[in-house]
Amino acid sequence: MIRTVFAAALLATSAIAAAPVLADNHTIAPGEGAAQRLQEALILAEPGDTITLEAGRYALTDGLSLDVEGVTIRGAGMEGEGASVLDFTNQQGAGEGLLVTSDNVTLRDFAVENAKGDGIKSKGADNIIYHGLRVEWTAGPKATNGAYGIYPVESSNVLVQDSYVRGASDAGIYVGQSENIIVRRNRVVENVAGIEIENSNHAEVTENLATRNTGGILVFDLPGLPRVGGGDVLVARNAVIDNNTDNFAPEGNIVASVPAGTGVMVMANTNVQIFDNALINNDTSHVMLIAYTQEYSDDRYQPRAVDVAIGGNVYSSGGTKPDFPGGDTLAAAVGGKLPPILVDGLQQGLTVTDEVPVLSLGLTRVGQQLAEASPQPWSQADEVSSRQLAAVSLPEDMEARLQ
Amino acid sequence: MTPGFRWLAGAAALLSASIAASALPPSGVNHAVILGEEGSPRFPRQLSDYGFFRDARGREPAANLIPYELNTALFSDGADKLRYIVLPDGASMRGGSEGGLLDLPVGSAIIKTFAFGEGEDQRYIETRVLLHRADGWLALPYMWNEEQTEARLALVGARMELTRPDGRTISYQIPNKNQCKNCHQLNDAVTPIGPKARNLSRDWLDAQAASGRLEAVPAVHDTVPHWEARADSADLDALARGYLDVNCAHCHQPGGSASNSGLDLRWEQGDPHAIGIGKPPVAAGRGAGGHKVSIAPGDPDASILVYRMSSAEPGVAMPELGRSTNDDEGVAVIRDWVENMEPAS
Repeated sequence: MIRTVFAAALLATSAIAAAPVLADNHTIAPGEGAAQRLQEALILAEPGDTITLEAGRYALTDGLSLDVEGVTIRGAGMEGEGASVLDFTNQQGAGEGLLVTSDNVTLRDFAVENAKGDGIKSKGADNIIYHGLRVEWTAGPKATNGAYGIYPVESSNVLVQDSYVRGASDAGIYVGQSENIIVRRNRVVENVAGIEIENSNHAEVTENLATRNTGGILVFDLPGLPRVGGGDVLVARNAVIDNNTDNFAPEGNIVASVPAGTGVMVMANTNVQIFDNALINNDTSHVMLIAYTQEYSDDRYQPRAVDVAIGGNVYSSGGTKPDFPGGDTLAAAVGGKLPPILVDGLQQGLTVTDEVPVLSLGLTRVGQQLAEASPQPWSQADEVSSRQLAAVSLPEDMEARLQ
Repeated sequence: MTPGFRWLAGAAALLSASIAASALPPSGVNHAVILGEEGSPRFPRQLSDYGFFRDARGREPAANLIPYELNTALFSDGADKLRYIVLPDGASMRGGSEGGLLDLPVGSAIIKTFAFGEGEDQRYIETRVLLHRADGWLALPYMWNEEQTEARLALVGARMELTRPDGRTISYQIPNKNQCKNCHQLNDAVTPIGPKARNLSRDWLDAQAASGRLEAVPAVHDTVPHWEARADSADLDALARGYLDVNCAHCHQPGGSASNSGLDLRWEQGDPHAIGIGKPPVAAGRGAGGHKVSIAPGDPDASILVYRMSSAEPGVAMPELGRSTNDDEGVAVIRDWVENMEPAS
């Protein structure tokens, strides 16, 4: 009898194995045991499957994780009555709310609230799509909030779009040590950094709204990481408005040094274009180009802002309350407010086609203290870059996944 | 196919296979189950399916299970660990791969039971198995029942209140399958972590070589200090580096889960910056605790490494998984180590 049952089950399994791979849908509803059911679905999913999160609130005490390729996690919405909300308010373990470690994953139409660490992290997860997500620390800016909202790292082909992040104590959307990246049509509000592209290459940051952060959009490169040498970044058609929130990042992190009132900041990157943005009411400066200021020992590292082009931007008020030591004095010396573009003097190959004044701090060596600055107007005659930037194109099937 | 059907069929296969397994003679390890061979479930439902133990309570290991201990072990909320290796019949381990990790052939398994209490009072909480299958290693957790009569697969892990022998009630977490991989992954493949020649005693290695279960004792062996004998150890640096290697380096190394941090805490890493000395944080967020570098020589209270080891709060605590309490003894050694470092001039 046992033998018979066994054989029948075997037949059933082999029939399944032989059948063409069919994408299954696993629907999870909130309520009793939802966390276990959801994590189980994430573990048992087969490539191509969809995990559907019904509308409602899911109370989670531990981090969720996905390690199966080609899975879609799809909720009913990111906001309002019909949203699917993963609520980590009572999280007791893990470094993030949701961790993705497999390729070709699509995350869409749900929310992550109050994760104890990062909101959603994907590591070594190529071809990932973040679409229509909300990651929020609901009490607003606090140093005890998690560091990153949306956090893809060490990945190729990253698409983050139509999402909303609020309250991250480091960066709302942070793309690190990755390549081929599109971050578009997102709203990033009340984070330390709205959007940060770090140690990454070939990125487009377009049509985002970055408002009430400490700094709107940062393009950084840091020494000593597995991947260094960030560059080829387009920052275009973004609205970067009122980014004057006091810096609430825990000290030690690089963004803790970003002055409140920063619009777009480029540090230690090569070939960055800042085009056609609306830069409004950022109280330190709308655009800042700086070199890495700390000591480092990394032969691969290029610390300056090199080959940056700035043009087609619209500038409104701002620059009246520079949030760095000596900023007030500096502003007073140049007529009460800093000009829209501030450079440290260490940049190379800067091209500015906007008809606005550019102030240089006149530093002459990397690592020099601000106290040694000799502020002076910068003029285009000094340097010109002729670098071009190729458009970022993602694999065709990524866009197709959203149809 | 209806959504639930494939799972249902899978469950039926699991069920029938476990019936088949239990129909086998009770003694001896079932290597077909370790291998997940045709007719065996992908994820065996019960620990007893493997035949690792002669009794349902898992107290009597099968004859071919090889017990082992590590010189310095991972802290897991103070749980005691019972570790075994099982090899395919006639097969042997080899030394020599990077970091001295013993190379176990396909068909091997590593079994680790987490327990609290002594003698009659000893309670098993969970048994984690690492199975070396043809397509690589697979890590699975099994949770013991209250009666201590069976351990069932806990794919999604579990969290439970338990009272330790010291009287403290803790929130103990059994990791889920993905979390197992989180620590056990290197370059996206699951790998064993523990049995490295440098962290195994010479006596044990000799015994395995003598019995033919280890091809040869690796040249580098037994170099990580014995944690329990640390009071006698004059070499604080070796003690601390051994601790960091065992407790942190499975993630904090190139190809590990925390590779993006640039922090490399492996025993063999010789670059001071790579092990955190004067190294600013990258993505630590509030985990940095307001400190500027991972290790500030001479100043443990300004060192992120010490800060994160000294916290049990999610988002701050390191390691991120596998503990809900602090390893006070480990923290003491690391504090001492940092304290005694020459401050940078």
